[in-house]
Amino acid sequence: MVNALASIITEGCMFGIMVLGVFITFRVLKFPDLTVDGSFPLGAAIMTSFIVSGYNPVLAIFIAFLAGLLAGMVTAVMHNELKIPNLLAGILTMIMLYSINLKILGASNVSLLNKKTILGNVFLFLKQFGLSREVSYALFFLLLIFFIKFLLDLFFRTDLGMTLGALGDNQQMVISQGVNPKVIKIIGVGLSNGLVAIAGSFNAQYQGFGDVGFGQGIIIAGLAAVMIGEFLIKSNKIFWLTFNVILGSIIFNAVMYGARTLTFVLPFITASDLKLVQVILVISCLVAIRIRSNLRKRSSKSGKP
Amino acid sequence: MVNLEHVNMIFNQGTLDENHAIKKINLTIHESDFITIIGSNGAGKTTLFNLIAGSFRPTSGKIFINKHDVTRVPEHKRARYIGRIFQNPLLGTASNMSIEDNMMMCYDKGFKWPLIRLSKKMRSFFKAELSKLNMNLEERMKENVRMLSGGQRQALTLLMMVMSKPTLILLDEHTAALDPKNAALVLSMTNDFIEENKLTTIMITHNMSQAIEFGNRLLMMDEGEIILDVQGKVKRKLTIEKLVKKFHEIRKHDFESDEIRLA
Repeated sequence: MVNALASIITEGCMFGIMVLGVFITFRVLKFPDLTVDGSFPLGAAIMTSFIVSGYNPVLAIFIAFLAGLLAGMVTAVMHNELKIPNLLAGILTMIMLYSINLKILGASNVSLLNKKTILGNVFLFLKQFGLSREVSYALFFLLLIFFIKFLLDLFFRTDLGMTLGALGDNQQMVISQGVNPKVIKIIGVGLSNGLVAIAGSFNAQYQGFGDVGFGQGIIIAGLAAVMIGEFLIKSNKIFWLTFNVILGSIIFNAVMYGARTLTFVLPFITASDLKLVQVILVISCLVAIRIRSNLRKRSSKSGKP
Repeated sequence: MVNLEHVNMIFNQGTLDENHAIKKINLTIHESDFITIIGSNGAGKTTLFNLIAGSFRPTSGKIFINKHDVTRVPEHKRARYIGRIFQNPLLGTASNMSIEDNMMMCYDKGFKWPLIRLSKKMRSFFKAELSKLNMNLEERMKENVRMLSGGQRQALTLLMMVMSKPTLILLDEHTAALDPKNAALVLSMTNDFIEENKLTTIMITHNMSQAIEFGNRLLMMDEGEIILDVQGKVKRKLTIEKLVKKFHEIRKHDFESDEIRLA
């Protein structure tokens, strides 16, 4: 039970870093960005090849962040300068990244067995205090995501962060303040994919291998988590908004954990059905949001609060 | 201070939908002018604003601000010295952000760096500024702008625009979407701010009495041309009847009475 909870928290927080990125594009910038499916394995590929070649994995996190940043910027520049619709621009970068990731990784799947990773070191350190592997990972990722959340919250209180927030809401206002909205989009989409790549780099360590297929459909997981989070705490404060995202990610991973357990119990559900479960979850969230907003409209029309 | 030289704007040039929205306009705006513009729908008033602000590039002609040729300067760069308020109160503020965040963003123009400038000192400055509006907004600085009424949002936009000290302000029927009481309030506030800060202003209005009452210069536009340009003494002596008569003299066709309210 403790192990189950710990692995839910571990995955919730690890993917949560990615979900924070998705939150920035989809919710703050209102720029639906599918680059995520490519920048997640990009982070994983960079981490894997760094560790395999004997480089410092902490350095690999920074490189992964920068590479993700660059990938996001490519999407934004394509959208800005070539006037490619944002969804398509993201898909194009994602496809490009598939080839690039294969180049970085050298094969479609590279093992990290018996290699020194950050997560491995964390466990070695916490083992002295009698913690199990699952619990030490959970603790590490909880600390990590709240550290990233702290930095993000700080960023969104700066002038640049506020302008990013305003752009998704009112592009004209950003222009009226003498700011080029294209530059803000490049920064926002870049930052988002940088975070996604960091999540990918930890996923490779957690799984024990790097795989070019890691990112497939990951955007759906991100979206589901963001939307679940929106049903939680109502606030306009960035602190609670990012908190909701993390909580949403943990809840989403709990549901997926449940679905995975079901595959052992029920003969007609297999592991390959999990993507179906994810999509059904996203669709039900969308329907729930729609029903809720309809109810609100009706109640405001009849004059009730 | 602002010069337009032979400015033409043709939309969909060479197609069946060709629309010559601005026809060879020459206009000089002097420092601390307060110009009101009237004209029926489709006269080209908003297009003129879009050209001055840089939302469009003119088909031909040149635009100068302080003797600099800004014809090819993008809108966000011109926005550093032009303040603009739209008819739609939603366009001036970010609705899912608090009043103080909105004010911080509009405090000055130009690129926003990753610095936290919203301090105690800033807050008390914003509080003092907000109290000028007499709308009790200074007690609601942490509330989302979404919770404000259209009139309050437009007043806030006006306050923030004055705060950034623009060289030229463009008011595009900024009170038309408000109820009469709020419209009058925002308008008198606008006038006070303009007089107090000696701001160079152009204001589009659909209301002839407003156009006569405010400002030192009046332009009348029709079919992409400026057909009347009066200032000073002549403007002060204008009445609605005289204005309508003048229009008939120039245009020899009926004023669209449903478009211009003879109020």
